[in-house]
Amino acid sequence: MCCRPRPLWPRSALEWCCNANMVPRMSGFLLNRLSQSVVLLVIVSIIGFTVLNLMPGGPLAQFGLDPGMTQKDVERLATQLGLNRPLWIQYLDWAWRLLQGDWGHSFRDGSSVLAVIGRHLLATLLLMGTSTAFAIAVGAWIGIRGATHRYSLFDYCATVGAMVALSVPTFWFGLIGIYIFTLKLGWVPAGNMYTIGDGSVLDYLHHLILPSLVLSLVHVAIWSRYMRTATLDALSQDFVKTARAKGVSERRILLKHVVGNALLPMITLAGMQLPSILTGALVTETVFTWPGMGRLFLDSLGYSDYPVVMGLLIFSAILVVLGNLIADIIIATVDPRIRLG
Amino acid sequence: MTVIAAHATPTRWWHSRAAYRFMRHHLALAGIAMISLLVLACVIGPYALPYDSLHIDLRARFAPPLSGQHYFGTDPLGRDLAARLLMAGRISLLVGFSAMLLSTLIGTLVGVTAGYRGGWVGAALMRTVDGFLSYPSIFLVLALAATLRPSPVMITVIIAVTSWMETARIVEAEVRSLREREFVQAARMVGLSGKHIMFREILPNAMGPIIVAASLAVARAILLEAYISFLGYGIQPPLPSWGNMLNGAQQYLASAPWLAIIPGAAITIAVTSFNFIGDGLRDALDVRDDHI
Repeated sequence: MCCRPRPLWPRSALEWCCNANMVPRMSGFLLNRLSQSVVLLVIVSIIGFTVLNLMPGGPLAQFGLDPGMTQKDVERLATQLGLNRPLWIQYLDWAWRLLQGDWGHSFRDGSSVLAVIGRHLLATLLLMGTSTAFAIAVGAWIGIRGATHRYSLFDYCATVGAMVALSVPTFWFGLIGIYIFTLKLGWVPAGNMYTIGDGSVLDYLHHLILPSLVLSLVHVAIWSRYMRTATLDALSQDFVKTARAKGVSERRILLKHVVGNALLPMITLAGMQLPSILTGALVTETVFTWPGMGRLFLDSLGYSDYPVVMGLLIFSAILVVLGNLIADIIIATVDPRIRLG
Repeated sequence: MTVIAAHATPTRWWHSRAAYRFMRHHLALAGIAMISLLVLACVIGPYALPYDSLHIDLRARFAPPLSGQHYFGTDPLGRDLAARLLMAGRISLLVGFSAMLLSTLIGTLVGVTAGYRGGWVGAALMRTVDGFLSYPSIFLVLALAATLRPSPVMITVIIAVTSWMETARIVEAEVRSLREREFVQAARMVGLSGKHIMFREILPNAMGPIIVAASLAVARAILLEAYISFLGYGIQPPLPSWGNMLNGAQQYLASAPWLAIIPGAAITIAVTSFNFIGDGLRDALDVRDDHI
């Protein structure tokens, strides 16, 4: 099986399916990476379509709740909408409508699903961005310190602490945070994005602190583990020895050579963490009644608003695929080693 | 010296180098101890406590911890929190274990098939893995849990079908490298069937990474169950689980903080233990740490 001669396929998704790392040029890299993403999006949409068909009543669920619709009406509608056609034709039809931006309408207020998602997107992105920035800053500090003071008490505590942090349920951490910082100390508000009647930037920040801290806990742990490994790796390289021999200060070595080398893979890691950040955001938004996508998802589930649920499901997956694509493109632009394989 | 002698004659698995290394891993041993205690408490604890987990006593609502015989206090219905915690532990740990078994099974099957067959079959399987990984797990789990009837068995299945991908990836990579080894070529030359080579020759050699992934999968499954039960789509009351015990805790945070603190601590202890064990196994079985 391994010895079968490989046919000469064009440089495309086909080729990527069999061997991912054989692209010699940047344009080739881009094309290849783009086609990977397209294939991935197709698979993602197939999974989404399967979930949609698992839902009670399928795509016609909204009419099941309508008292004015009899069973007969629903059947007639199913025929009209072509729901008795073969599944694969239905899938193509559904995917085509997704592509055209027709994601259906919310049961709750009849506005288009994309518009509803758009209204909640910024809040989530704000939360994710702040907490990621915080996680990278703190995680990098812990990781670098752990690596330079290897096997010290600090390093040991950071290692164990990271493992514990990865085990704490985010919502529980949120509850504890609210208990301490809101109920006991009264420093920050317990929820929402802003005080009604006060839309100042400071007010937003005040509301943002606790949720983004809570969301960042897991990622501080991940980033610190990554930075520790990356720093140890870089410190053992020859260029660090050279720099030391030349008398470059330890601080400068860390900031320039070590962090500089750790930066690029950080972009990939950030892309890879997108699903887990979105998962954390959903939970955090619930605890802090933050008006983002996660909160919207739960509310829509509660109202059986399936078009919005489906839309968010697909949207989050697309966000992840695109995020990873962008991360890879940034890296390939900056680092010739990647695109040259 | 005795150690070296033991290495020379690895007759039993507990004499092996891996077992020796595992026994030196303090965190892993602590994890084993904590999990054993937790399982023991959940199995025999409910019989030893003076209250039943479903016994409602409205006169003793919101009793704080250590009041009378209520060691962990009571909940808004006056039910004993300790009894509920231990009954919930049975459910949560059982769901976690079963989901791990199922997801490891799926992941191993997919991984071995994709890694050994390669070509189009392998590519299709691994792209499916990528597709599933693109969904934030909780969105997928919640959407499924809200549509299918949430019984404990269904929750287990839902968690399993949304978390087998890591195992599949790890197994696929391992099998792909094992496929080229001499013993596999020898087996192929002798004329053994593909099934035999996959599951009798290659799979036993890929057990290390599978075991490590499985121990981490328990931790993930327990966490995921807690998340969806907390959000109200997991295990349904009156059946207690650590997650759904926290479900109503937020509104009583000011008056009865123990309702939130105690079940969350139980989740954290269980998940931390499994993560410690996984870490020890990884070191002991010498599995390369691909994901950070």
